Amino acid sequence: MTAHPRVASRSLPVVLLVSAAAFAACHHAPPPPPPAPVQAAAPAVDSQAIRDSIARAEAARDAALARQRAYDDSVRRANEAAALAGEQMGLRNTVTAVIHFDFDKSDLRDDSKATLDAKIPVLMANPDLTIRVAGHTDERGSVEYNIALGQRRAASAKRYLTERGVAATRIETVSFGEGRPVADGHDEDAWAQNRRDEFEITAGGGQLKKPGS
Amino acid sequence: MRFSPSLALLPVVLLPLQRLRAQDTTRRGVTIGLTYDPTSRPGIAVLPVTGSSGDSARVILQRDLDYSDRFTIVPLDAADPSTFRGTKPGADLNYPLFARLGAAAVVQATVGDGSLHVALHDVAKGGVMNVQDFPLAARANTPDWRMAVHGVSDEIERWITGLKGIAQTRVAYVAGKKFHLVDSDGADDELQPVTGNVMSPAWNFAGNQIAYATFGTQSRIMILDLRTGKSRVLHNATATHANLTPVFAPDGAAIVYAHADDDGSDLYLVATDDGAPRRISVGRGTDNVQPSFSPDGRRIAFTSGRVGHPEVYIMDADGTNAELLTSFDFGDKNYRSDPDWSPDGRLVAFQSRFADGRFQIMTISLRDRSTKLLTSEGSNEQPSWAPDGRHLVFASTRGGGRELWVLDTESGRLRQLTRSMGAQLPAWSPRLGSSASTGAAGRQ
Repeated sequence: MTAHPRVASRSLPVVLLVSAAAFAACHHAPPPPPPAPVQAAAPAVDSQAIRDSIARAEAARDAALARQRAYDDSVRRANEAAALAGEQMGLRNTVTAVIHFDFDKSDLRDDSKATLDAKIPVLMANPDLTIRVAGHTDERGSVEYNIALGQRRAASAKRYLTERGVAATRIETVSFGEGRPVADGHDEDAWAQNRRDEFEITAGGGQLKKPGS
Repeated sequence: MRFSPSLALLPVVLLPLQRLRAQDTTRRGVTIGLTYDPTSRPGIAVLPVTGSSGDSARVILQRDLDYSDRFTIVPLDAADPSTFRGTKPGADLNYPLFARLGAAAVVQATVGDGSLHVALHDVAKGGVMNVQDFPLAARANTPDWRMAVHGVSDEIERWITGLKGIAQTRVAYVAGKKFHLVDSDGADDELQPVTGNVMSPAWNFAGNQIAYATFGTQSRIMILDLRTGKSRVLHNATATHANLTPVFAPDGAAIVYAHADDDGSDLYLVATDDGAPRRISVGRGTDNVQPSFSPDGRRIAFTSGRVGHPEVYIMDADGTNAELLTSFDFGDKNYRSDPDWSPDGRLVAFQSRFADGRFQIMTISLRDRSTKLLTSEGSNEQPSWAPDGRHLVFASTRGGGRELWVLDTESGRLRQLTRSMGAQLPAWSPRLGSSASTGAAGRQ
């Protein structure tokens, strides 16, 4: 049981030798290579230098290990912070989630209402939180009329939130018309992305409370 | 006979000349013996201008008369200047030569000391019709010097046609949220010292102030005084929400602008010396923007979304008697906006969206509501009338990027005004005096 692998490992060089010999026999092999030059005797080395070299190598290894430990620590700390911040991030993302509109329209689509519905509990749990709703349009239409349309889009979201209990004084509205597109294209895909309300936290967003907490 | 709208510089031979001669000289233009027929473009030659910077003055005069779309420029480059002088006693010019070249009128000018001396010759009559000295800025080729030469062009045009030209004007416009002024011939494009996200410039009727709006979190109605280069906030238009599309009332004492809040937008009238703004449109939660006064100040054209999409309406200046101006078919993709009332009061220019999604410039008659489509190539938006009520400037994508173009609504001739990348929202000035400061402070 224990002897078998030893035998196998010992026999291996023999097999290699045999096959090498067979290879050589089958072909008119070129003359054997000249013998390798005899290795010159190692020069006498200063033992202090060797010790120094080893010390330097060990120091470098220790430094690398320290760096690795520091890195691991920072990752761990970041993960812990992220876990804590994740909740804040989630709350913040809920408040700032963008809603979209149809062309030349300011009425809220069902998907936009769902996005707004999610904001309400966070706004209610954080009475110091104030926001600015910015209305945007796509590049089509009258550039001046689009300022008014963007204002109307911001007002639609504000009205939806205030009708559901959020104080009107906490919501500021602004319009950028077609002046601040998020997508640069000139097709329906870009236009659809640009017809939107953005929600920006203007105050009270330092540490958000979870609804129900 | 219709003349080609393209720039035909070929000498126009006998036919227009005979028309001019055959006409009853008691009609408009009788003062110079040469009768202007608005359906033709009489030939006009500008002699080499003598004196300092005469070549520059001649280029400007010739280009202005060409851009007026009321004349055909007769080139003299091929002719021997020694043959221009008259040989007969009492004849200043070789009138038979100019008649053969197709010129009905000849401009003879000399740059003197601080002035431009101009004589206008009537070729058919064989004599000088008008002579005048025009003051010029001392330094040639400065913006003010060029504006003064534009004024000479406009006066020559008045001598011949009875109508003053529009060369001595400027166009305010926006490019990249910055505010520019450019001369009517495309020269001296100047960035104005104005901050914020700028929109919607509009001239006062004296041509020395421009109202404009800023948008975004600082949405205000501002007034730029061209004499000082300074802007001031129209105090009572600084409320929260969006303030947009200001225009001066013709008497200059009030501004009408749109205020958009949480309940749609309406037009407000406020005195320029800061009275309380008074709402004049009744939008009921819809959008009501882009006012444009009739020249008598009694009516206002504007854009309203009150039927669910933008259309152009007119109302009395106090907000009463609002009525739909642009008719529409229910269910189509109509979208009409950006009205501009013509200086003669007859037409409102506006932009109308077509099935391909692009806008085109149209006019509608106040008298019979007949409409006319003026553009078809590219997307064409934001028309603004020149003070002659004949030319329009608008933003067009016909050349690729969005630039300003000038259209002669009578001949259909077009020229590109700006090369600014993304120029839009043009506003054509009223006629500007030579002495009026017409641009950024410190303009030479």
